[in-house]
Amino acid sequence: MSAAREQILAGIRKSLGRGPLDGAAAEAVEARLKGHARILVPKRSDGDQAHKIGLFVEMAEAVSCTVDRLESLESVPERLADYLRRENLPARIKQSPGLEDSVIPWEKAPALEIASGAAVNEDAVGLTPAHAGIAETGTLMLHSSAETPTTLHFVPDTHVVLLRESQIVGAYEDAWDLLRQKLGLEPGTSMPRTVNLVTGPSRTGDVEQIIQLGAHGPRRLHIMLVKD
Amino acid sequence: MQSTSHSFKQNARDALTDAQLQKALSKMRPGFQQKRADVVAKLPEFDDLRDRGRDIKNHVLENLDFYLERFESNVVANGGHVHWCRNAEEARQTIMEICRSVDARTVTKGKSMVAEEIGLNEYLEEHGVEPIETDLGEYIIQLRGEPPSHIIAPAIHVNKEQVVEAFRKKHTDLPPDRALEEVGDITDEARTQLRPKFFAADVGITGANFLIAETGQTVIVTNEGNGDLTQTLGKAHVVVASLEKIVPTLEDASCILRLLARSATGQEFSVYTTFSSGPRRETDLDGPESFHVVLIDNGRSAMLGTEYQDMLRCIRCSACMNHCPVYAAVGGHAYGWVYPGPMGAVLTPSLIGIDEAGHLPNASTFCGRCEQVCPMRIPLPKMMRHYRAKEFTENKTTAQIRNGLGIWSYFAKRPWLYRQSTKLGAALLRALGGKRGRIASLPLASGWTSVRDLPAPEGRTFQQLYKMSGHGKKGDA
Repeated sequence: MSAAREQILAGIRKSLGRGPLDGAAAEAVEARLKGHARILVPKRSDGDQAHKIGLFVEMAEAVSCTVDRLESLESVPERLADYLRRENLPARIKQSPGLEDSVIPWEKAPALEIASGAAVNEDAVGLTPAHAGIAETGTLMLHSSAETPTTLHFVPDTHVVLLRESQIVGAYEDAWDLLRQKLGLEPGTSMPRTVNLVTGPSRTGDVEQIIQLGAHGPRRLHIMLVKD
Repeated sequence: MQSTSHSFKQNARDALTDAQLQKALSKMRPGFQQKRADVVAKLPEFDDLRDRGRDIKNHVLENLDFYLERFESNVVANGGHVHWCRNAEEARQTIMEICRSVDARTVTKGKSMVAEEIGLNEYLEEHGVEPIETDLGEYIIQLRGEPPSHIIAPAIHVNKEQVVEAFRKKHTDLPPDRALEEVGDITDEARTQLRPKFFAADVGITGANFLIAETGQTVIVTNEGNGDLTQTLGKAHVVVASLEKIVPTLEDASCILRLLARSATGQEFSVYTTFSSGPRRETDLDGPESFHVVLIDNGRSAMLGTEYQDMLRCIRCSACMNHCPVYAAVGGHAYGWVYPGPMGAVLTPSLIGIDEAGHLPNASTFCGRCEQVCPMRIPLPKMMRHYRAKEFTENKTTAQIRNGLGIWSYFAKRPWLYRQSTKLGAALLRALGGKRGRIASLPLASGWTSVRDLPAPEGRTFQQLYKMSGHGKKGDA
């Protein structure tokens, strides 16, 4: 349909009363794209790391996340087993393959069954890392990769996320900068197939505007926030 | 989608006497308006963000061709495809071809208003592909066989009892005596019904809230997670988007995202904001094998450079209709096409023509609340006024209105006569109102008095009161 393409572009240019951008006009738009200038970042997340962590936890809990604060990765197995027992959930976990190399001492909770891979419909509990926590709205940034399949973020009823305190940033823009840095994004390289900003467990208000958790995605979002 | 906008007046009359609809609408106003007000009060920068959002979109519209080409080249670099479509027919055919290319039998769909605009579901069904709506509201109205009545809450016109009725009628595989009274039961039943369909679908179709030129990403903003299951589990992910959805960078998207959820549902942020680029990478463990963006013009490029260009800044938050007294009275179906409320009153005639949708810009009291709450500062009343003026100059208004305007303008051009007659009128109406100050019937005003009393004026005209307050110039009045 390249005829459609040419006609649409020609129509836009005709409506705007000009030809294709060139010279200084094109350079200005190009420079704006490359500049990644921040437009306006609300002040609420300004402050030291302790403020950002506090705000992240407050905002995440306000949207029905549960947050468990841990001293180290050492205590993940027992605390996760406790959580699953408390919530009456199965002790079978599907984790992101990327967590296989982490130093979590699973032997401390022998009752937990741990498997790795993408999620299938039978998986009740998913465990994944996150790229960042964003304080301004209690939002997690997660992304796809060979190590972190996206289905784990949506298919299991319960999504457990491991986040280190140092991963918490103030604003969305900070998280994007970190992602560009981590992936070494140069012109010509691309973003991951999927980047998810997740703020609380799934919900709907489609029946009489009554908010109901657990529409199609996870019913519970449990964040294990670990000190560095 | 087939329009009934030409019969807006009859649609509105029917809506006003529809008891189920009026019951549903009565629940809407406190929800949306209060939640938005609360969340906006928590963000001191909100109004500054609105200015910045408006500026971003204005910049995009001035350079739309450049950004679209850049978006396309980045989608292609990520391994995806961009299909440019001039109109609804081209878009439907393109999507059908993609479905054929993977031998699709079922497609799951996230909520997309532009898919409604191009009448996608009917077309797929006619060609042997079953479309399955997965957003709970869309699923409900698909079961009921009706179009959406609101751009973010498509089933807002439906009461819970009606949802239960539809579920009992359609989910015949479930025991008829099952409990289905609570909203939680309804949500769980939809979840259980739809879960296997996500896994079985060949193609997942979503809309897009944004297209990002810098990265070639498409963005969906949802709360349920259905859009993500739709676009992750199918063999192909098809994104249907109109061309004004573009923004330059992730920073621009971040700015407008701060406005979107707050203006729409009154949330600080929606639950799922998802950025997609291309098909699954070679080493990825999940995700679609192909990625298509169906880029639709369907009348938008012709709005550029006209008095309706500002409408292309719209981010489909629905704040205008959530605050509109006309929408609150008649609901979304009365507007007769995909886009109801104030934004629809401007966009619909722009896209399908004034002959079909000329009534819609008249469906406003010009109270101005839509513009007051619009996150992109779109001057909706001004544009509706343009349409009214156009209707008049093109001689499409009724003789009754033209005669009325003629009489009014005769007086308005003669200030002395105008003042005297309004003085007389105000005094007369006051006398008619008697002690109660209300008039039960009045010649030429039965449209008002047949359903309620007309409050009588206090006895003085605005100009008299203005003068008395000390603001009027000497010798006026």
